[in-house]
Amino acid sequence: MKRLVDHSEVIQHMNGRLVKNNIFKLLFFFATVFGLIILVVLLYRVFTQATGWLNIDFLQNFPSRIPERAGIKAALVGSIWLMAMVAPLSLFLGVGTAIYLEEYAKKSRFTDFIQTNISNLAGVPSIVFGLLGLTVFARGMELGRSVLAAGLTMSLLVLPVIVVASQEALRAVPNQLREASYGMGATKWQTIYRVVLPAAVPGILTGSILALSRAIGETAPLIVLGIPTFIAYLPKSVFDTFTVMPMQIYNWTGRPQEEFQHVAAAGIVVLLVLLVMLNSIAIWIRNKFQKRF
Amino acid sequence: MEKIMPKLLLLTAAVSMFTTLGIVFTLLFETFTFFSRVSIVEFLTAKEWLPWNEKSGSFGIAPLVTGTLLTTAIAMLVAIPVGLASAIYLSEYATERTRKIIKPILEVLAGIPTIVYGFFALTFVTPLLQKIIPGLEVFNALSPGLVMGIMIIPMVASLSEDAMSSVPNAIREGALGLGSTKLETAVKIVLPAAASGVIASFVLAISRAIGETMIVAVAGGSSPVLTFDVTQSIQTMTAYIVQVTTGDAGYGTTIYYSIYAVGMTLFVFTLAMNLLAQYISRRFREEY
Repeated sequence: MKRLVDHSEVIQHMNGRLVKNNIFKLLFFFATVFGLIILVVLLYRVFTQATGWLNIDFLQNFPSRIPERAGIKAALVGSIWLMAMVAPLSLFLGVGTAIYLEEYAKKSRFTDFIQTNISNLAGVPSIVFGLLGLTVFARGMELGRSVLAAGLTMSLLVLPVIVVASQEALRAVPNQLREASYGMGATKWQTIYRVVLPAAVPGILTGSILALSRAIGETAPLIVLGIPTFIAYLPKSVFDTFTVMPMQIYNWTGRPQEEFQHVAAAGIVVLLVLLVMLNSIAIWIRNKFQKRF
Repeated sequence: MEKIMPKLLLLTAAVSMFTTLGIVFTLLFETFTFFSRVSIVEFLTAKEWLPWNEKSGSFGIAPLVTGTLLTTAIAMLVAIPVGLASAIYLSEYATERTRKIIKPILEVLAGIPTIVYGFFALTFVTPLLQKIIPGLEVFNALSPGLVMGIMIIPMVASLSEDAMSSVPNAIREGALGLGSTKLETAVKIVLPAAASGVIASFVLAISRAIGETMIVAVAGGSSPVLTFDVTQSIQTMTAYIVQVTTGDAGYGTTIYYSIYAVGMTLFVFTLAMNLLAQYISRRFREEY
């Protein structure tokens, strides 16, 4: 009697499929660690190039035409000025927008429109924000190359990210909390200000710090604004001209002398350290205050 | 308070609207000024972009567009396969623990400033490639394209993984129960079910690559030539805007206005991509 199913053929076929599965599993795994490998190579390259150049003098010196004397002081202080400007402004606007959309706005065409607008704004290339800043802030309001012009431009750039993060944080606050607050006789604003917002703060801050670190690392809009890179003084007010770290690194990268590549690498290390610090704060907040409802 | 706050909050919400309006009107007005000096037909059809030549200048956007599309295409050749493979691994094969380790690392990769990638492309990837490809110029399309692709991997991986993870387990178990291997389940069952989200992530990645500035400005060069040769120096739309704004093109010159026309083109390209991504994820979504 001929057997309907040839057992050895089935096993052979099945083995083939399993081998294929394992090969692809390995391929998918390599694809996943590929990014990790590149990250290691990138960091290794930058750090080895920076060694010997990154020292106290580098942090204390102003830019110089002589690589050995070039320092990042003006740019480091400038980046902190920019951060101090962008953080409160974008937080105020972003959280305000999120509260309006999540707590007040009724589901209407207008609300939908604002929402779609925000997600589209998030997809606009940063350099286009630079063109907006150049026309409206730098030329229109005659703010020139000041901290203020750059701060306003950067605030608008990170606004959509903060709005979306804050909306998610507000949405995660369960309705029972709101209802309990109303039940105790609180008004709508009291409920939002004293109950919903405190519960949402960890989520809002985490998202906002990540948005802020994007503003710190962003170069393109500032180039368009014409932020200079050779500055030997620190800004005294928001109307002063200044520079930031990514601009300074861009300038050093573009210089023909080999030595300036090391200076640029040293600058990158300082920038990355600042970003790691910001992100650690974000992670710390997330772990410390995150509540599950 | 009860009456004032909603109005104040509405005002903050209006800022995002005014930002969009500001972008659109800024670009429109300055682009109109540009087109009052250079004909729109020349802008769209001329094959040369020679803005620096006072007398015989030519303003044909084509070389800048091909430069942009060239670097974008290279970036996608890296980002789409690697990103999708990572997404499949993370969503279908990886254990919860592995996923918790790998995802934050990918986020770090996405959080590195683009100027750092530009530096990496110019000082590491280009010299490395020059050893393999002898004819490679110092500034070329290949190196920034590849690095841009690496930068975009986390975006494709994360968005595609989200789409695949939201496919319900019952469907996977059905396929596995019928005797499929994990690979067959992933490729023939989960991937088609998550297709809308996955394809939307590709489109968003393209949009991101088109608008990327610093990598191509640092490593791509500033020669607007109509070519598809990846070893040559090129110029993208974004890199042109950088070149003009770092230089001394005076306010009111034709070159000054040209950055707005280029910015407008860039804006239209990326907006179209973003709208397409939204359309795809809405129109072809599988509801469970």
